[in-house]
Amino acid sequence: MELILLLFAFTLAAFLGFELISKVPSQLHTPLMSGSNAISGITVVAALIAAGGTEGGISKWLGVAALVLATVNVVGGYMVTDRMLSMFKTKKGD
Amino acid sequence: MELATNLAYIAAAIFFILGIKMLGSAATAVRGNRVSSFGMLIAVVATLARSGLDYTWIAAGLLAGAAAGAVAAKRVQMTGMPELVALFNGFGGLASLLVGWAEFEKIRSVTWAIYLEGLGEGTPGAWFSAVVMVLAVLIGGVTFTGSVIAWLKLSGKMGGTAVVFGGQKALNALAMLGLLGTGAAFVAGATGDSAATLFYVVIGLALLIGVLGVIPIGGGDMPVVIALLNSCSGLAAAAAGFVINNTVLVVAGCLVGASGLILTVIMCKAMNRTLANVLFGGFGAAGGGGGQKVEGEMKAISVEDAYYVLEAAGSVVFVPGYGMAVAQAQHAVKELAEILERNGAEVRHAIHPVAGRMPGHMNVLLAEADVPYEQLCEMDEVNAIMPTVDVAIVIGANDVVNPSAAEDESSPIYGMPIINVFEAKTVFALKRGQGAGFSGLVNTLFFRDNTRMIYGDAKATVSGLVSQFDD
Repeated sequence: MELILLLFAFTLAAFLGFELISKVPSQLHTPLMSGSNAISGITVVAALIAAGGTEGGISKWLGVAALVLATVNVVGGYMVTDRMLSMFKTKKGD
Repeated sequence: MELATNLAYIAAAIFFILGIKMLGSAATAVRGNRVSSFGMLIAVVATLARSGLDYTWIAAGLLAGAAAGAVAAKRVQMTGMPELVALFNGFGGLASLLVGWAEFEKIRSVTWAIYLEGLGEGTPGAWFSAVVMVLAVLIGGVTFTGSVIAWLKLSGKMGGTAVVFGGQKALNALAMLGLLGTGAAFVAGATGDSAATLFYVVIGLALLIGVLGVIPIGGGDMPVVIALLNSCSGLAAAAAGFVINNTVLVVAGCLVGASGLILTVIMCKAMNRTLANVLFGGFGAAGGGGGQKVEGEMKAISVEDAYYVLEAAGSVVFVPGYGMAVAQAQHAVKELAEILERNGAEVRHAIHPVAGRMPGHMNVLLAEADVPYEQLCEMDEVNAIMPTVDVAIVIGANDVVNPSAAEDESSPIYGMPIINVFEAKTVFALKRGQGAGFSGLVNTLFFRDNTRMIYGDAKATVSGLVSQFDD
């Protein structure tokens, strides 16, 4: 049952995603891409759970590696998008 | 506790949705990005608050990753954006792969017996979890190596042209079949060590397919590839979410997957090609459309003579391409545009959707140089006024201004929408040498009567024009 609910959420999210991005000005293509790229770093949540495992073993170390990579993705992605967008903003204020 | 975590995940998902929506409009984009980062913070904090976690390595991992990400984001030059986006993408993909792998090892060491029992009884949950584990490492693996190859190509560490060799398609098909077979065997219920072997083979093949998939794609098709890999990194996260039964991963990953796919389709449309054609066409490899006969010859003009034409021009359109990024000429272009405006000319920058190496590449560069927003024009807008333009200055753009796309049915790029600079009264094409563009196509624009070539480094040429005005 839980799986069906997950699939349900997945399907709805897919349609929602298509609706949200249907008309984006080309000026925003790069920020949209790097911003959504940062969101895909949500896998950091799974990495946290794996890295925080108390059993140790290979699965924990894989989790730690995943955590580092996903955090780079999240932090770097959001920061660089912010930097890019602030360039757009100062210019719009002219 | 469980309930609180899940409620927090719902809140995070709402912030992601709002964030993505706001990223789609110029007025709200900055806030949108922050809203979505706040969603991420909620998701992370809610996860950390779960009981029974060992925090030592979590803290180390978070600190190391955050430091590396922050430094990369602060240091990157705007011209280096495509590479960085590709690299971050790859990291996300690899993280999802590792998460899937970690879960596999955990199940194997703790509850493999239960998993197999489930298979024996035909419980759907058991084979489903095997399927999603395979999907997570598959999509994650392809995203990872695909992004690394894209990064190597974009950063010039590897040639930007398409790599094509004999038997490539056969090799790709073989790798795909091998992957399907191994994945199916794994899902069908392999036990113990053989399950592990099959799983590792799936990982290996996924990594291989990522490499094979991106090497035959030439530089000019990179915007499509980057957008698609972005989509894949989201799908990999969603698959990882199915693996660990986590709603926020599924929803957020899927949102990214969908929005990335839309961007991919926009890019394909801008080239009038299908996604399959971009991925499997081997476009831009040697031999593409060489049989054109071109009449006339390329006529060069000196910077000084070009200055006299520009000085008299009432309206000027800049058409930037990847060459502007390579030469880092955006600041010089902005300077020249300002001088032209002061000189009484109307200045526009015409941006083709696939100019450069990632979606929106030229917009980022011109924004960095502080070019006013009002001067940036999209393709259709500028094509409508092109016949009234006195001078069109093409800076390192090639295929996106090639008239063959509109006129020559035998051309591989026939049908691709272009910026119709050939309709302008005069065209200056800034180019390093006489060679063809990435696609290896002859650009008939350069042979037109109204076109004058200015050879040399784009930045030096534009700066030269600026100093002519100053004298």
